[in-house]
Amino acid sequence: MSMPFYVPPEQVMKDRADFARKGIARGRSVIVVGYDRGIAFVAENPSRALHKVSEIYDRIAFAAVGRYNEFESLRVAGIRYADLRGYSYDRTDVTARALANTYAQTLGAVFTQESKPFEIEIVVAEVGVDSDTDQIFRLTYDGSVADEQGFVAMGGASDAAEERLGTGWRPGMTLAEVLRLAVDVLGAGENGERRALDEGQLEVAVLDRDRPRRSFRRIVGPVLTRLLVEAPGAVEATGAVEATAGPGSTETVAGESGSASSASPADGPGSPTPPS
Amino acid sequence: MTQWSTGRPRRLDDAFLSAGSSSFSEFVSAYRPELLPSGRRLPSGASIEAPHGTTIVSLLFDGGVVMAGDRRATMGNVIANRDMEKVFAADDYSVVGIAGTAGIAIELVRLYQVELEHYEKIEGAIMSLEGKANRLASMIRGNLSLAMQGLTVVPTYAGFDLESATGRIYSYDVTGGCYIEGGHHSTGSGSVFARGALKKLWRPGLEEQQAVSVAIEALYDAADDDSATGGPDLGRQIWPTVAVVDHSGARFVASDVLEGHVQRVVAARRDNPGGAR
Repeated sequence: MSMPFYVPPEQVMKDRADFARKGIARGRSVIVVGYDRGIAFVAENPSRALHKVSEIYDRIAFAAVGRYNEFESLRVAGIRYADLRGYSYDRTDVTARALANTYAQTLGAVFTQESKPFEIEIVVAEVGVDSDTDQIFRLTYDGSVADEQGFVAMGGASDAAEERLGTGWRPGMTLAEVLRLAVDVLGAGENGERRALDEGQLEVAVLDRDRPRRSFRRIVGPVLTRLLVEAPGAVEATGAVEATAGPGSTETVAGESGSASSASPADGPGSPTPPS
Repeated sequence: MTQWSTGRPRRLDDAFLSAGSSSFSEFVSAYRPELLPSGRRLPSGASIEAPHGTTIVSLLFDGGVVMAGDRRATMGNVIANRDMEKVFAADDYSVVGIAGTAGIAIELVRLYQVELEHYEKIEGAIMSLEGKANRLASMIRGNLSLAMQGLTVVPTYAGFDLESATGRIYSYDVTGGCYIEGGHHSTGSGSVFARGALKKLWRPGLEEQQAVSVAIEALYDAADDDSATGGPDLGRQIWPTVAVVDHSGARFVASDVLEGHVQRVVAARRDNPGGAR
């Protein structure tokens, strides 16, 4: 095909960026927020099967907004990348920073070379030994990477959401507190009206600092309800970590599986009956 | 070339981004075949001496399955290793024990562990026990050309079936044949003697602790008559590796519990070396 008119590169890039931004802004938001014992992922997602948040490796998780087929292929690629790297070196050699760099190269190459940029925004987060060593990388459609501190909001109206998170968030909050904050921010409308989000519309997962090996956990069912509904302070005594820990998980040797060994009954087909 | 060998991140290859397979070994065999045992070529007719691991016993009990392995690896007449682990957790609900060429076997187990976890992460669900057993069979099959040159790996796979809430044992042959076993199974050079012991000691409906004790006694009998199987080493405090899988998942029996079982078995054999009863 011949190129009839000259289009300056600035204009090409701007058009592509506008196109990607529009696609992303149509979607519902995802919030990634640090708490005292890990990193929480809260997405408005009525689907139980198509996830926006996923486990990548022992201490690393992935969250995305935008076109499902595009971020799903990056999610699978990230799992392949992490597993291959962990298999050929060691599990400790898989880092969020390396994965974020690789994603950035991929997004950047697609943005400039392909006929259409990816209409997605992703977060790669790695939980550290304490909240100072937690890492949250935010990657945008053009391959730029930002190392975020504490919290990130992506998707539709993310600027307003980030602003609300900025006022509500402080270091050292508990899981119940950050979840209520995130739900509050997700439910805030443009003109001050509020939507009530129940747990059926939410996809919630955590990277739990205190778990050995695989730290990713989905929080569903009664545990999520309890965290969202109970009065502040009441949840701390039992703690969400104990509530989500699966049967036998403290002694499980192969590493704790993401969804498989959680005690929550709604947690998937593999959930066993908890020990009486 | 890979992203990390250059020290500089590169965009993900199409192999990473392609849709379809949720199998790690299929991905690796297409992308980096040299990382897999099946991707390696040996000169034909050559053979090398490498450490061998030996006896694994597995048995069902009421509500789960126990797998135990001795700790010895031999290379000809030499004891290559006296505290080697041969029983591994494959995932949360299953364990795999290996007999055969230790290096290849351990590599296969590592690959298998990643395979199961990889599937679980990509699919968001855990594979059925039958599916996991068949995956292992296909990996053994991939090792056939190495096996024909003497680098054999024969695993045993045991897990808790969440559908039927029972333990299951799968045995394999060197060509990748996969067979479900009722009751108990043993593999490795001491397996003949261990099987004899299991036939007499195992019965349906054992309790977990009884099953652990039976497994240890069967290994004791294997070590009694097979020089490649290591008996309990009281001097060095080396006990067999024993894994239990039940509804709460796979776990290894703690060494102080094992010590108790071993001491009882050894004491019972004093003045009664064959364990007559």
